Amino acid sequence: MVVGERKPFEEITRMLEGHKKVMVLGCGGCVTVCLTGGDEAVRVLSSQLRMARDNQGNPIEIIEKTVERQCDPEYIEEVHALVPEVEAVLSMACGAGVGFMAERYTSTPLYPALNTTFVGGSKKEGYYVERCQTCGECKLYYTGGICPITRCSKSLLNGPCGGSTKGKCEIDPEVDCGWQLIVDRLKSLNLMDRYEEIMTSNDWRTNRDGGPRKMLREDFQR
Amino acid sequence: MTDECKTESRLEKILRSGKFAVTGECGPPRGADAEVIRKKCGLLKNNADAFNITDNQTSVVRMSSIASAILMMQEGLEPVMQMVCRDRNRIAIQSDILGGAALGIKNMLCLSGDHQKFGDHPQAKNVFDLDSIQLIQAVRGMRDEGKFIGGEEIKGVPKLFIGAAENPFADPFEIRVPRLAKKVAAGVEFIQTQCIFNVTKFREWMKGVVDRGLHEKVFILGGVTPFKSFGMAKYMANNVPGMDVPEEILKRMKDTPKEQQAEEGITIAVETIKQLQEMPGVAGVHIMAIEWEQKVGEIAEKAGLLPRPSV
Repeated sequence: MVVGERKPFEEITRMLEGHKKVMVLGCGGCVTVCLTGGDEAVRVLSSQLRMARDNQGNPIEIIEKTVERQCDPEYIEEVHALVPEVEAVLSMACGAGVGFMAERYTSTPLYPALNTTFVGGSKKEGYYVERCQTCGECKLYYTGGICPITRCSKSLLNGPCGGSTKGKCEIDPEVDCGWQLIVDRLKSLNLMDRYEEIMTSNDWRTNRDGGPRKMLREDFQR
Repeated sequence: MTDECKTESRLEKILRSGKFAVTGECGPPRGADAEVIRKKCGLLKNNADAFNITDNQTSVVRMSSIASAILMMQEGLEPVMQMVCRDRNRIAIQSDILGGAALGIKNMLCLSGDHQKFGDHPQAKNVFDLDSIQLIQAVRGMRDEGKFIGGEEIKGVPKLFIGAAENPFADPFEIRVPRLAKKVAAGVEFIQTQCIFNVTKFREWMKGVVDRGLHEKVFILGGVTPFKSFGMAKYMANNVPGMDVPEEILKRMKDTPKEQQAEEGITIAVETIKQLQEMPGVAGVHIMAIEWEQKVGEIAEKAGLLPRPSV
C-alpha cells in the first residue's frame, strides 16, 4: 500500500489561512489502512482545525467527507456537487489522490494534508515500513525477494558497501543492512551463486527518470 | 599476472614489474586555496609511487578530485583520482573520466562513496546511478573496448589504470572475497583495502583471496593508517562504520603516555606494513595518514620502503 503521514498541524493551518469554508476529504484506500487519511482521520483533523480557528476568533466551516478512493474518477465524482460550495479542498489522500482531484476539479485549490512517504506494509498496527521504490523493473529474483533498491541506503546492486557492520547499515544502527538480509536469505535458500552474477548498470528509464509513467491494458481499451 | 602495461601509469609499472608498491593519500581542502595541495605535495613527494586524491570523502564538500589531481601533477607527483558514484550520474562520470584522462591523470579509483548522511549536506539527493562494480565495468569498457556505457564509440580512449577499494572487515564477512571476485570480473586491476588494524582477520581474508587465485588477477595493496593518539583510535573503533580496531591495539595506545602516543601509532603502522610485506598475495601498501601527510615519509622509511624505485 501507499503509506502517508499527516503533515504538521501548523503547516496545514497555514495552507488554510484566509479560507472560511473548506472540505476535508478522506480516502478509503491505503491511507485508511495506515490510519492517516480515512474517515476517522478526517473527523479528528476537522475538529482540531475548527478548535484552532475558534480560538483565534476566526471560525472555519468544514465539510467532512470520505470517498472510497481518490485515485479513481468514479469515486471522486461523488463530491462534484459539494466542491463548488467550498473555497478549497484539503485532501487526506496520498499524492495520487490529490493529483486526481486536482485534475477533475480545476477551479478549486487542492491542498495535501499528508506527506506521501512510501510503498510498504504494516509490520504491526501503527508501524509501517518501506518495501518497494517502484523502480519499474523488479530484481527480486536475483536477491531472494529482498529489494536492494529499497533496502540498501545506496541502492547498490552488487553487494554491500564497506559500511555494513553486524547486520546494520552505516547510516543508522537501527537500519538493517539490505545486503546482509539478501545474503542471509540467498544462503538459506542455497542460491549464493546468484550473488556472484554481476548486475550491470541499471536502466532507470522504467523508474521516474523516464518521465511520468503509465500502464495501458490494450485489451481493456475500446 | 601480465607485465605488459596498458597505461602510462607509474603505479602500474611498479606493480607489474613485481615491486612492492606504496601509495599515499591527499585530502583536498575545503576551499579554493591551491597552496594547501601544493604544501601537502611537498610533504608527500618521493615517499610513495602514487597518491590518492579523495573525492569529497565522508560527503563533506571539498575541492574537486580532478582539479586537485591536476595541481598535484604540477608538483611532479602521480595522482590516483578517486571517483564516487554518490554525486554524479553516468553522463557526468564518463565526462569527468574523459576530462581527467585528457589532462594527464593515469590512475583512477572506483568507489560507491560514503552516504551523504555523514557529511555537511545531509539534505542532498544522492545519485548512485551506478555502483562501484558497474563503474569499474564502465571505465574498463571505455579504455579497452573504446565504448561508452551506452554503446557509442569513443574517439580517444581514456588510458587509466583502474583501481577500487575493498573492506575485508565489513559484514557479511563471507561475501568479502566473492565481492572482490566480482570486482575482478568487472575488470579492476588494483585494490586498496580499508585500514588494517586487525591483521589476523586480514590474513584470513587474504587466504580466501589467494585460495581463489584472485591475487594473480588483481594487485592488492593493504591499507595502513597511523593513529595520532588514543583518542583517534577510540574514535575510529567506535564511530567509523566498517572499521575493525581490536581491543589489544586500543589498549596498547591507551597504555602509552599521551606525549608518546603519536610515536606508538607510527610504530604500530610500521609493524603492520612489515607483516603485510610477508603476507602471500599482498602487492603493496596504501598509507592513509589522515591530515598527517608529513608522517608518510617517516613510516615508509622505517618500513624500509624508501627510496622508491624509479621506473
